[in-house]
Amino acid sequence: MKVIISGCGTIGTAILSSLIKEKHEIVAIDVNPQIIADITNRFDVLAICGNGASYDVLETAGAKTADLFISVTSSDEYNMIACFVAKKMGTPNTVARIRNSEYNGSSFEFVKNELGLSVTVNPELLTAQTLFNILNLPSATNVETFSANEMEMIEIVVKEDSKVLDIPLYELRKKIPHKFLVCLVEREDKTYIPNGSFTIKAGDKIGIFASKSDAPEILKQFGLTQKRVKSVMIIGASKIAYYLTKILLESKSSVKIIDKNEQKCLQFSEQLDRATVVNGDGMNQDLLTEEGILDTDAFVALTGKDEDNVIMSMFAKNKSVPKTITKVKREEIFSLSEELGLDTVISPRYLVADLLVSYARALESSKNSKIETLYSLFGGIAEAAEFKILHSFKHANVPLKDLKIDSEVLVAGIIRNQETIIPCGEDVFRIGDKVIIITAGKTVHDLSDVIG
Amino acid sequence: MNYKLIFSTVLKVIKIEAFLMLVPLLTSLIYKENCFYSFLITIVVSFTVAHVIQKFIKDDNKHFYAKDGLITVALTWIAVSLIGAIPFVISGEIPSFIDAFFETVSGFTTTGASILSDVESLSKGLLMWRSFSHFIGGMGVLVFIMAITRKTNDRPIHILRAEMPGPIVSKLVPRAKDTAKILYLIYIAITIVLTVMLLFGGMDLFESLTHAFGAAGTGGFGTKNDSIASYSPYIQWTLAIGMLLFGVNFNLYYLLLLKKVGVVLKSTELRTYFIIVLSSIAIITFNIYPLYNNFANAIRSATFQTSSIMTTTGYSTADFNAWPTLSKVVLFMLMFIGGCAGSTAGGLKVSRIIIAFKKIKAELKKLLYPNTVSVIKFEGEKLDESVSNGVGTYVIIYFICFAILTILVSFNGLSFETTISSVSACFNNIGPGFDLVGPMSNYSVFNGFSKVVLSIAMLLGRLEIYPLLLLMIPTTWKRK
Repeated sequence: MKVIISGCGTIGTAILSSLIKEKHEIVAIDVNPQIIADITNRFDVLAICGNGASYDVLETAGAKTADLFISVTSSDEYNMIACFVAKKMGTPNTVARIRNSEYNGSSFEFVKNELGLSVTVNPELLTAQTLFNILNLPSATNVETFSANEMEMIEIVVKEDSKVLDIPLYELRKKIPHKFLVCLVEREDKTYIPNGSFTIKAGDKIGIFASKSDAPEILKQFGLTQKRVKSVMIIGASKIAYYLTKILLESKSSVKIIDKNEQKCLQFSEQLDRATVVNGDGMNQDLLTEEGILDTDAFVALTGKDEDNVIMSMFAKNKSVPKTITKVKREEIFSLSEELGLDTVISPRYLVADLLVSYARALESSKNSKIETLYSLFGGIAEAAEFKILHSFKHANVPLKDLKIDSEVLVAGIIRNQETIIPCGEDVFRIGDKVIIITAGKTVHDLSDVIG
Repeated sequence: MNYKLIFSTVLKVIKIEAFLMLVPLLTSLIYKENCFYSFLITIVVSFTVAHVIQKFIKDDNKHFYAKDGLITVALTWIAVSLIGAIPFVISGEIPSFIDAFFETVSGFTTTGASILSDVESLSKGLLMWRSFSHFIGGMGVLVFIMAITRKTNDRPIHILRAEMPGPIVSKLVPRAKDTAKILYLIYIAITIVLTVMLLFGGMDLFESLTHAFGAAGTGGFGTKNDSIASYSPYIQWTLAIGMLLFGVNFNLYYLLLLKKVGVVLKSTELRTYFIIVLSSIAIITFNIYPLYNNFANAIRSATFQTSSIMTTTGYSTADFNAWPTLSKVVLFMLMFIGGCAGSTAGGLKVSRIIIAFKKIKAELKKLLYPNTVSVIKFEGEKLDESVSNGVGTYVIIYFICFAILTILVSFNGLSFETTISSVSACFNNIGPGFDLVGPMSNYSVFNGFSKVVLSIAMLLGRLEIYPLLLLMIPTTWKRK
């Protein structure tokens, strides 16, 4: 697929690097010649120096024949105009980054429709929503939701005192009253798709597939105490902090925000009535103790400095805060997080990149593969793909245990008329079902390729 | 440095070269020549050896940096020339390995300088291999590999930059692989057209193919002792125009395919290229008119020689050694200018000359008005300072290399004109020079040492110095 990306800042580059792994043909546009030189050296793309909203530049980039145009410069207005021009030139799908909350208000749908935008991205809001999902299941390191929020894959690290150790999975499934599937296990840098005789060991990172309502109960069975987060401490009065606080306050949690900048603190306390805003340095451990880090349920470090965020989170972890979340920008820290002993690490740019990758896949799927939606799991090591069972599918109504399914593939869930089924051997695929399958290390483009 | 990936790429190229040798193999089979076996042996042995060694190299790490690209290109070209020389030696037609190496380097670097005093006695298979090596070397071996194989490394731009001539290497389409494909398709298409045109002129298929390959790669190996002189005026005109077309930046042909004629016509480099060609033709025509006493012959000779030297091909229809000094000096200057960037020609390249002159103009202006701010523009766009500085450095290194090579060759004790023009003709990938290495003579007069030096000169010229230079610097090989 031919993709044009305008604006190659941190988010643009992250999107570019993810999309190039997906073998898309990419043209990058940026006004900064240095960035263009760097991109040309690092990636196999065509990089053009210029204004991504100008007709001439877009023509050179091939907007008339492109399939997808993504504008992620720092200016909302610029992104809107660029997408508008690209759309009028013939690019069918356009994505704009729109961050300003004034644009995201009630007029949003109107603007989106009039400009013909396919998707808008607000990295900060997206991050805040992801953070909220994680805070809702604090014992999980990550939560991925599928199919209109009905199903979840919960990533947890199994502790040494867990009750599930050394029991084959098929017995475990009988023991625990709720339906679930352990669909991925990461052990010592290797990823497994476990079968029924697999046993879990302490220290394994596992992915559990379950319906949303059962998730808390299942986690309890896995030996993870499940307490809803009631008080959250956030460091850094950033845009993400603003959105997150708003969502948290709506769900009746108490929020304390700490920031060095007095001006920002005043602004926050004006906009967010019920939150406690503290003016102070989050790196000051005395201050954190004084403000009650010992009693808080969750600690979220959202300042602009990666180093600060990491150190603060380590301190919070040290003070036994049940849940700490660290926001980082650099990929390097992202991969070091486990060695640093951090709980959950998130990076807005990768959230956006993941979102756009799945969007691009969905577009692609309408062309030559049959995937409805694709999700990346465990930081990109594994994938979950959603397929729809069509009439052309030959093995409908055959129990799963009688089907020959590729050993690298796991059928994780079936969605039938808004009902979610965690499948066992007796279940069948029916025409019209949506099926979620999980694979590690390869992408399945057609269900018939792996089932037969 | 990623040694494993570099060596496995070189081995891959050797395997591909073995495949490409099927072309001369087939030729010798058709003409029932004995050199068939020398090709067969070379193909089987080099392919098997390369294949076996490759099995032991695990090139899992696909990371590739600028340095790796340059080293890969340098090693590849040396390896390809060494292997390519083997059939000449085995067949016994060029018994000395140094001579055979010189001949093969001359082929791949599209120089066209030969050590053979009697070309016509060489068997058809070997003649085809000489000319076919022009065709392969013209657009680049690694670019060819990129076009036909699956992804070899994660940053293919470094290979493109190291192998494609010119100060700025830009891709036509997002993927380097697709760019390589487009360039090769254009290249092949024009070569086919030229072959057909030559067929119409009465050449047989063997002759039209070899000559089309020689013109396409701007190489210059022919099949006759007197090069093109004995062919009809139609063939001479066709080849003259053909050579000129291969001296043009190939990106412009792609733009033509996209129907962007306006952009092509506005190209500064293209305009300058043709201005230089036309004015040289004019000067030479008037200068040599007294020798021919026939305007048609004079202009044809002038056009052919200008086109041949400017595009660094090296075919000839006249012994320009006997021409007046003015014409010889003009041709000598054209040797250094060479064709356009992104073509198959050698030399400094027209775009570098333009940028150098613009830089000089800006510097002079700065001397007159110290506070002026001047931006160098090229092809309608602001030129990045690093590019214009790079051109300056390149020109300096170019002349330093030229000086060193000339000193080394002068040990041979041949005439001044022979020495300096032989280095110039090899370094700029032309072929014939003046005096003893004139169009009607050959390089057999040199001793072994000079032949090696001139072979290096050809490789330096074709790869635009840096890759080979890096190979010779010890710090490149130090592990830190």
